[in-house]
Amino acid sequence: MKLSSSEVEHIAHLARLRLTEEEKELYSSQLSKILDYIEKLNELDTTEVDPTSHVIPLKNVFREDVLGESLPVDEALSNAPQREDSFYKVPKIID
Amino acid sequence: MEELYQLGIKEASELLSSGEISPEELLEAVLKRIDEVEDKVKAFVTVTKDEAYKRLEELKSADSTTPLYAIPLAIKDNICIKGVRTTCSSKILENFIPPYESTVTERLNNKGYVLVGKTNLDEFAMGSSTENSGFFTTRNPWNTDCVPGGSSGGSAAAVAAGECIGAIGSDTGGSIRQPAAFCGVVGMKPTYGRVSRYGLVAFASSLDQIGPITKSVYDAAVLLNVISGHDHRDSTSAPVEVPDYTETLKENIKGLRLGVPKEYFIEGLDREVEDSVKEALKVLQELGCVVKEISLPHTGYAVATYYILATSEASSNLARYDGVKYGFRAESKELLQMYQETRAQGFGAEVKRRIMLGTYALSAGYYDAYYRKAQQVRTLIKNDFDEAFKEVDIIVTPTTPTPAFRIGEKVSDPLQMYLNDIFTISVNLAGGPAISVPCGFSSEGLPIGVQFIGRHFDEETVLKVAYNYERATEWHKRRAEL
Repeated sequence: MKLSSSEVEHIAHLARLRLTEEEKELYSSQLSKILDYIEKLNELDTTEVDPTSHVIPLKNVFREDVLGESLPVDEALSNAPQREDSFYKVPKIID
Repeated sequence: MEELYQLGIKEASELLSSGEISPEELLEAVLKRIDEVEDKVKAFVTVTKDEAYKRLEELKSADSTTPLYAIPLAIKDNICIKGVRTTCSSKILENFIPPYESTVTERLNNKGYVLVGKTNLDEFAMGSSTENSGFFTTRNPWNTDCVPGGSSGGSAAAVAAGECIGAIGSDTGGSIRQPAAFCGVVGMKPTYGRVSRYGLVAFASSLDQIGPITKSVYDAAVLLNVISGHDHRDSTSAPVEVPDYTETLKENIKGLRLGVPKEYFIEGLDREVEDSVKEALKVLQELGCVVKEISLPHTGYAVATYYILATSEASSNLARYDGVKYGFRAESKELLQMYQETRAQGFGAEVKRRIMLGTYALSAGYYDAYYRKAQQVRTLIKNDFDEAFKEVDIIVTPTTPTPAFRIGEKVSDPLQMYLNDIFTISVNLAGGPAISVPCGFSSEGLPIGVQFIGRHFDEETVLKVAYNYERATEWHKRRAEL
């Protein structure tokens, strides 16, 4: 399975990664090779097999809806690249 | 007597409680050892010397009978410790200082441990050699031209080099057991759900688990006692009783049934590794175990299954590194560009590769063909183990197909690097506990590990077999010379 350069670009866009031309080329060949290897899963007929998303038998985990402790705003913002008052600051989104 | 830095948790605790050594002497011996060998080993991203001395002061008024009182431990740098830089060996988190404490380190704190440093890993735990660290590659203390394994390579190397008394790692596809095997120490992945992941930076959430890396099986049991148990802050942690593993491991293993999966003794398995594991089986037979061949028929599909599930989950988990709330931000006037630049500059090559693969597998039109398919094959792999455990109590395999490889040997071929995890990955997919214990050395003097795999939540039997094997052999007593 060969990933085309436009497919690689599309995936990179979905993943919000900017790739250099060299990276696009490298990933196109490396990912194609890995996908070829993964093809081997199709040797198995799994039509009647349930998927496993979780290996231990835990179902919904509920708790009482009571107020607990939460991180103070200043601590929550202590790693912010940019902040203003009690907000994270980012470049303008809407003109 | 051995140098103090060579001590394990058990011996150090005994000397401390009898008053033969003081907490200061022990900490100083470890920090001095770090000073002496860290240039060669490069196990640590951060050494927390000042914090460690402060901690000793605190401990003066604490209960000195707790099981980890004054024991210097190293913690993998993907586990959050409040106020201590936690990088995941990634440029994107280079200056991240967690405002909260992981459950695991909170529990270690309550039992008196002393943090000596945060250890190097493959960036975001993605790798098998620490060569994917965003900062530097850790060296194998047995041969510094070789990798220590990964992703918990820093923790395993620190233990093997005597730069700590014990350590904590995390294991998604073998990241505790493989470096433990490569560095000649003990490494255990507990059952999925046994140990809370609150505060562990997520890589692949259906697979990640925290566990000990130590100088002996007994020490692994000591750490497991402390870190195990339900935690309301991790909804995947299991409400299952935790026995005292330091007691249960002493039981004898006569009549225990050991299964040897024929699919693990294949082409590509190093001859010396094969011989060492077969020798280990003989020792276990002499101890009264019954050995029989078993089959895990879907073994050959584990690596492919893993690389779909782990990368898909990683692509989703790592979406949070967007330069907004914490971590590195590339300045830009426009939001989309800020995301793209932040991630392009902040992540290394392997992390990008896995995000790309996972994003592709989850993208519109491909989900059923890849992610769902892999989840179905995961069921088959798990069923293999369930079937096998009807006939045997423990499965015995090599931990790795070869001893430690050379730095640079596999970096250009990601698939070859992935295949190195072939014997550890199935266990993460199936969810059970497994341990790697030293079982020999190659002719080049590199350590070899044997893996014992158990039923879900049956860490007791895993530790019991490992402990009895260790007591009957001398491999764990050898120390790397640096």
